[in-house]
Amino acid sequence: MTNAIEISDLHVSIAGSHVLQGVSFAVPTGGVTALLGRNGVGKTTTLRAILGLVASSGRIQVLGDEVAGWPTHRIVRLGIGYVPADRDVFSSLSVEQNLRLAESGSGANYDEVFSLFPELKQRGRQRAGTLSGGQQQMLSIARALLNSRPLLLIDEPSKGLAPKIVSEFAGVLERAAQHSTVLLVEQNLSVVKRLAQSIVVLDHGEVVHLGEVSDLDDPTLVRQLLGVAGAA
Amino acid sequence: MRRPSLRAGRLTVAVLLGLFIVLPFIGLHVPWVLPGTLDIVNSTGTLEVLALCFMFAGIAVGYDMMFGYTGLMSLGPVLYFAVGTYVFDIALTHWAWPLVPSLLLTFGVSLVLAVVLGAIALRVHGIAFAMVTLAFAQAFYFLVESNPHNLTGGDTGLSLTYTRLPSFLSGAVSNTRNLYWIALAFLVVAYLIVWLVTESVTGHVFVAVRENELRLDVLGVRPYRFKLVSFVVSSLIATGGGIVYILVIGTAVPSVVASTTVTLSILIMVVLGGAGTRWGAVIGAIVYVYLQQYLDKVGAEPSFTRLPAVLRVPLSEPQFLLGAIFVLFVFFAPGGIAGLVLRRRLNRASAATLLSVFKKS
Amino acid sequence: MNIFLVLTFSGVALGAIYFLAASGLSLIYGLMDVLNFAHGLFMTLGAYSGYEIATRLPTSLGAPTLVILAIIGATLFGGLAAGVTELILIRPLYGKPISQILITIGLDLAVVGLLMGGFGSTALQIPVPLWLIEPTHLGGLYLPNANFLAIGAGVIVLIGLELFLALTRYGIIIRAGVENREMVRALGIDVGRAFTLVFVIGGAMAGLAGILYTIVFSGDLVSPNQGDSLLIFAFIVVVIGGLGSIRGSAVAALTVGLLQQYTSFYIGGHSGWAQIGDLSTVLLLAVVLELRPRGLFGRVA
Repeated sequence: MTNAIEISDLHVSIAGSHVLQGVSFAVPTGGVTALLGRNGVGKTTTLRAILGLVASSGRIQVLGDEVAGWPTHRIVRLGIGYVPADRDVFSSLSVEQNLRLAESGSGANYDEVFSLFPELKQRGRQRAGTLSGGQQQMLSIARALLNSRPLLLIDEPSKGLAPKIVSEFAGVLERAAQHSTVLLVEQNLSVVKRLAQSIVVLDHGEVVHLGEVSDLDDPTLVRQLLGVAGAA
Repeated sequence: MRRPSLRAGRLTVAVLLGLFIVLPFIGLHVPWVLPGTLDIVNSTGTLEVLALCFMFAGIAVGYDMMFGYTGLMSLGPVLYFAVGTYVFDIALTHWAWPLVPSLLLTFGVSLVLAVVLGAIALRVHGIAFAMVTLAFAQAFYFLVESNPHNLTGGDTGLSLTYTRLPSFLSGAVSNTRNLYWIALAFLVVAYLIVWLVTESVTGHVFVAVRENELRLDVLGVRPYRFKLVSFVVSSLIATGGGIVYILVIGTAVPSVVASTTVTLSILIMVVLGGAGTRWGAVIGAIVYVYLQQYLDKVGAEPSFTRLPAVLRVPLSEPQFLLGAIFVLFVFFAPGGIAGLVLRRRLNRASAATLLSVFKKS
Repeated sequence: MNIFLVLTFSGVALGAIYFLAASGLSLIYGLMDVLNFAHGLFMTLGAYSGYEIATRLPTSLGAPTLVILAIIGATLFGGLAAGVTELILIRPLYGKPISQILITIGLDLAVVGLLMGGFGSTALQIPVPLWLIEPTHLGGLYLPNANFLAIGAGVIVLIGLELFLALTRYGIIIRAGVENREMVRALGIDVGRAFTLVFVIGGAMAGLAGILYTIVFSGDLVSPNQGDSLLIFAFIVVVIGGLGSIRGSAVAALTVGLLQQYTSFYIGGHSGWAQIGDLSTVLLLAVVLELRPRGLFGRVA
């Protein structure tokens, strides 16, 4: 199929707030699409709607299936790896146990994951709640990469992390993008420019720009779409 | 609501109220439907059941203000009800106080308890709040059961001595009528109080608390105070109901008056009638209490003993039937009777109000 | 001193039963956000099914065998009733926690009514072997044998539960789900199965608690409302221990059980304070809530 994700006229309301107002875009198969926008415009909500974590109306097609109204676990089983914005690792479980939960079927490739993040192997029995922010993010990404999945939804992987670690993660994601389609929510434009080919920009719950990552070379456009927050 | 349906609603209420007021004068014999042992409309049995219906209806509408409007699921209203019965009973029976001081004492005690216990309970939310109120109510149950200073009569309960009451309130047969009217008056007063509060600005804040407490907090309105007000007023109404109860029934027994069953019954009445509508609570209470008494009477009918046990046992247990009806309502009609009525009138806004209390997590 | 030791022993036994009742409730709430009022019903059903087993099977089996079968039967029946309840009543109301609570209330009311109609409201006696009623003479103390049974059951279940949660896949899913249900789903796991499992486990433990309470503290008498009375204390224990925490339930259950026994004896002896044992548990709850609203081991909401 040409598009890993197709969204059409997506509406989401949360606690009386009309967060997404008719969002439509497509994520082509293979490669990285970046979902951009200022804080609070609905980027995370879009990811959550795709995963069925929030109620929505509109058409959502994922990996060839119409998934609007499906329960989350069923959507994920189509082959999605999810890295949420707040890491959401299970703090009372060990690193090992966190990874175990992410296994699906027999395709779990621990060697690959541990070669990417050797620290996780060392700290296998450590309670995830006692890891540092960067280590938790490693675990969160490792979970999504454990099984080879056709689609990865990644929400602000660089948030709150030191630049050196951000660069490491970008490298990891680059490798992952070689055999998965990636929809990446990210505020850090240098990461976006390194990884993405297409961009979708949201503002106030609507799509305001669809284009190529090269569009971000235009500083006027960047300022207009993203405010001053666009870090070069 | 559109004008014609509002006028029709008010007319219905006026007619019903008028009917209830003159009911004690109607001596018709009506077979099958009446709950008393004699099938006569104004018999003592019927009037007593109706008085209980009105009493619970008043308590239920007070509870609806707290649960349906403010979104607070308290599992402890029985505490204030029991305070109403026991304190009033004790003042009149043990200390031989006259009517008005007894009333003042009862409401005074209730007010203090509601403010203090409510303040503690409201420090937590949701399920924890429910459990705390439950625990406090249960504590009161334990307290009266333990017969402190021989005041409450423990398990056997305490009978009301009518000597200090004005004559129109005491005595059995001739004054059931007066007690009936007092119960009706209690319902009317309780309803008016709730109506006034919920229609006022305070009432709108109650709804705001239920819908989005966080937003209120951010806006600088302090939800805690409003919740406490809702809790206290609701509790005081329950106390009033307790006073009516002891006047009508004459005895306070812990297993009947102070147990969690009362709380659950109130909750069921409100949900059955339709939470968040006021009049729903009234209907729910009247239907529930009436059915309970009626089914009790029917279950004792001789023709029942001829049924096979599989049918006889469930049908002769009012608690089973009521519980089953309630389960069906929660499943298929969570908006209660009021919800069904409003749905038919296609009044979506009101129907949405009813269901919003169920969306709250 | 002797009395103190005997009280402590029975306090621990009572605590064990509270633990059985409370841990299921706590887990159900922690994972599913459901306040299960039918838990008292499962306890009562456990007791009644135990009664039926003990009285309907041939007496030639001997009282000890009958009692053991009754206890096993109570546990299984509690689990079965809970499983059916979850599948038929709770699951369809997913996403509506208030409706779920209300339906457990309705179920409790209806089935207890049925029990009253079917068995009558008078208490029924379960025949038990003599040694259960007798005490053991241990170092100058007379310790009721039934208490050993309760404590033994409590310890076995505690260890079993902890192992289950720590080592098995479903145990890990449940622990993860208590922390973050949504993320478990986002990993492609159907939490619904975990829900049913947790309900069944909770129901089984409730059934066990019900029959044990009957044997140990209720003079082998079964009545329709006993589960609901026990439920109140289970709730208190759950809130004190912290919603969703097994360890919290264990510690709180022990504390409440001991407190009840001590206050009941030392203060309850004086006239007019007979119920102080029960009352003290509520006072403890109020104190804990003032100082630590999330309970001893609870998570911040």
